[in-house]
Amino acid sequence: MQGADHVIANSIFTKEKIVKQYGIPADRVSVVYNGFESSIFDSHGTPRAFLSDSLKSKKIALFVGRLSMHKGPDWFLQAAKLVLEKEPDSLFIVAGTGEMKYRLVELVAELGIADRVLFAGFVRGDLLAQLYSFSSVYVMPSVSEPFGIAALEAMHYGTPVIVTKQSGIAEATRHVLKVDFWDTYELASKILAAFRYAPLHETLAANGFKEAQQFTWDQAATQVAALYHRFSS
Amino acid sequence: MGSGSNPSRSFISSFLIVNKVSDIPFMPAITLYLKVHQPYRLRKMSVFDIGTGLPYFEGVCTSYDETNASILKKVARKSYLPTNNVLLNLLQQHKDFKISMSLSGLFIEQLRAHAPEVLTSFKKLVKTGRVELLGETYYHSLAFLRSPDEFRTQVKMQERVLQRTFGVKPTIFSNTEAAYNNYVGDLVSSLGYKGIITEGADRVLHGRTPNHVYQSPSRRMTILLKNYKLSDDVAFRFSEKKWKEYPLTVDTYVSWINRINGSGEVVNLCMDYETFGEHQWEDSGIFAFLRHLPGKLLEHPDNRFTLPSESVAQFSPRDVLDVPDYITWADTERDLSAWQENAMQKQSFDYVYKLEQDVLATKDEQLIDDWRRLQTSDHFYYMCTKWFEDGDVHKYFNPYESPYEAFINFMNAYHDLKIRVDSYHDSQHQYALKASAQLAAMMKTGALEAR
Repeated sequence: MQGADHVIANSIFTKEKIVKQYGIPADRVSVVYNGFESSIFDSHGTPRAFLSDSLKSKKIALFVGRLSMHKGPDWFLQAAKLVLEKEPDSLFIVAGTGEMKYRLVELVAELGIADRVLFAGFVRGDLLAQLYSFSSVYVMPSVSEPFGIAALEAMHYGTPVIVTKQSGIAEATRHVLKVDFWDTYELASKILAAFRYAPLHETLAANGFKEAQQFTWDQAATQVAALYHRFSS
Repeated sequence: MGSGSNPSRSFISSFLIVNKVSDIPFMPAITLYLKVHQPYRLRKMSVFDIGTGLPYFEGVCTSYDETNASILKKVARKSYLPTNNVLLNLLQQHKDFKISMSLSGLFIEQLRAHAPEVLTSFKKLVKTGRVELLGETYYHSLAFLRSPDEFRTQVKMQERVLQRTFGVKPTIFSNTEAAYNNYVGDLVSSLGYKGIITEGADRVLHGRTPNHVYQSPSRRMTILLKNYKLSDDVAFRFSEKKWKEYPLTVDTYVSWINRINGSGEVVNLCMDYETFGEHQWEDSGIFAFLRHLPGKLLEHPDNRFTLPSESVAQFSPRDVLDVPDYITWADTERDLSAWQENAMQKQSFDYVYKLEQDVLATKDEQLIDDWRRLQTSDHFYYMCTKWFEDGDVHKYFNPYESPYEAFINFMNAYHDLKIRVDSYHDSQHQYALKASAQLAAMMKTGALEAR
């Protein structure tokens, strides 16, 4: 980065880290937000039944991401424990794989919530689209997240989203719920609100969908191209 | 469309029905009306607080660690005390200066608890006899939308607090956020009010001027209209540097008012009280503006200040104002959408009023008061998602980081309240069951006959 004419960060959150931790002057760093590609989720042929109907009718909170420390899956499960005390019939789906997988399985057992947590493994395409669609809320509990494209994908499916304030997506969006990653009570409280309060679900879904459409790769590419032109001329 | 749509015809037709000397057009009278309100904001309540007995309106209530009391004291320092000081001086200086205000019951209540010196300063103003207080709902609510009974109760409560605190009885009404339609006009009239102040919204005036006095289609209510252009020049645009009139001087402003000459009887300048010192900060020169405005206006021999009740008594209505749909003084839409647009606002509002009978049946004063405080319009305003159009104003007044936080917090408080209501009715039901079981047992054993 030191040798670069200019640095492109995918959020102000990332830019601040570049400035503080790498000593790059702020005026040498521009922010271009990520986009997302909705067409990769478009269904080709009949989607496989992933969740049985009885499960679909339940209140579901969804985690999607690598099972690693900085994605915060353990915070998600700690919050799940608190939510289940109030909504014992709800369900928590962990989609993804990674180095923390076995530790998380252990944690679920320690918390005594093994029957309410499903580990879905690595999921993509139609199946991921189904997961987003059927979930009552998508949670991105990252400890540190440069941007967070998955949140946009969930918003595209009309799923209310909770993200941590320690993410780029938190600064870029308005129609999501935001928490500090360490505040599991607040996270649990917001998951419960998304489960219970239909008008919240409805308003977040409608406004979140609209907001997500503003993040396109075309727009990001245009901004990046403009920066290239600026620094090549 | 009334006669006012054509100025020359308006003059002739009005002249024919003149029954008061003052109906003959001349320099318009000026009414300055200030609205004061502070809500009880809800404390931060999580789902896990439901049923734990936390008081809803105490403790930290904003994302900046403020409490209702600390906000009140801050605004008192920045706005209420210095403004009242300026107003009292003006009243002493100009015997023709008059001013009208409304102070919500919740505001008076909070002053009594946390800033009694401010209440004293308001009493001094009213004591001059040239400050008219208007009627409204005690809880600054939108109760008229769901429950006329509850609306009447809150209006009467407001009358009682004005009588007790200031020794006055209002005759002119100013509804929450100036909300008005034909129905509200008749409802307010049924409570004995002679007139009402509302927004001079273009869509109901159809080209007519807001500077005339109007009447409702039922002829029961006299309507005074806010001149929103002249009012908002001060309330919203005063310190806006991009505004082409910035910086607004008293001379310029008075020249705009004088220009109305002959085309209206009364210019109603209506604004939030906090315009002075809170919305427009002291360093914008707003206090100097206020200090010099009355004197400058009164330099013109035909200019005079009037109170809303005087306007209603003096000026015959020029035309009928038909308002089938609600108008308010909020945002560019001037409708109820700031409080009643999205699903969160509509449904939380409905939930509250669905509890009405059950809450009142408890006769529990604390519970009823908490329920009424949840009716305060501000709670629903905080849930507004129209940020992109009217963002700045909404965000400025919002103690929450987002409308979603506002809704979640409100619903958590609502559920707590509902548990309290349900537990009262459950205990009543249990009591009734127990009593009837005892009665049955007594009858079975013959004890009842023996008595």
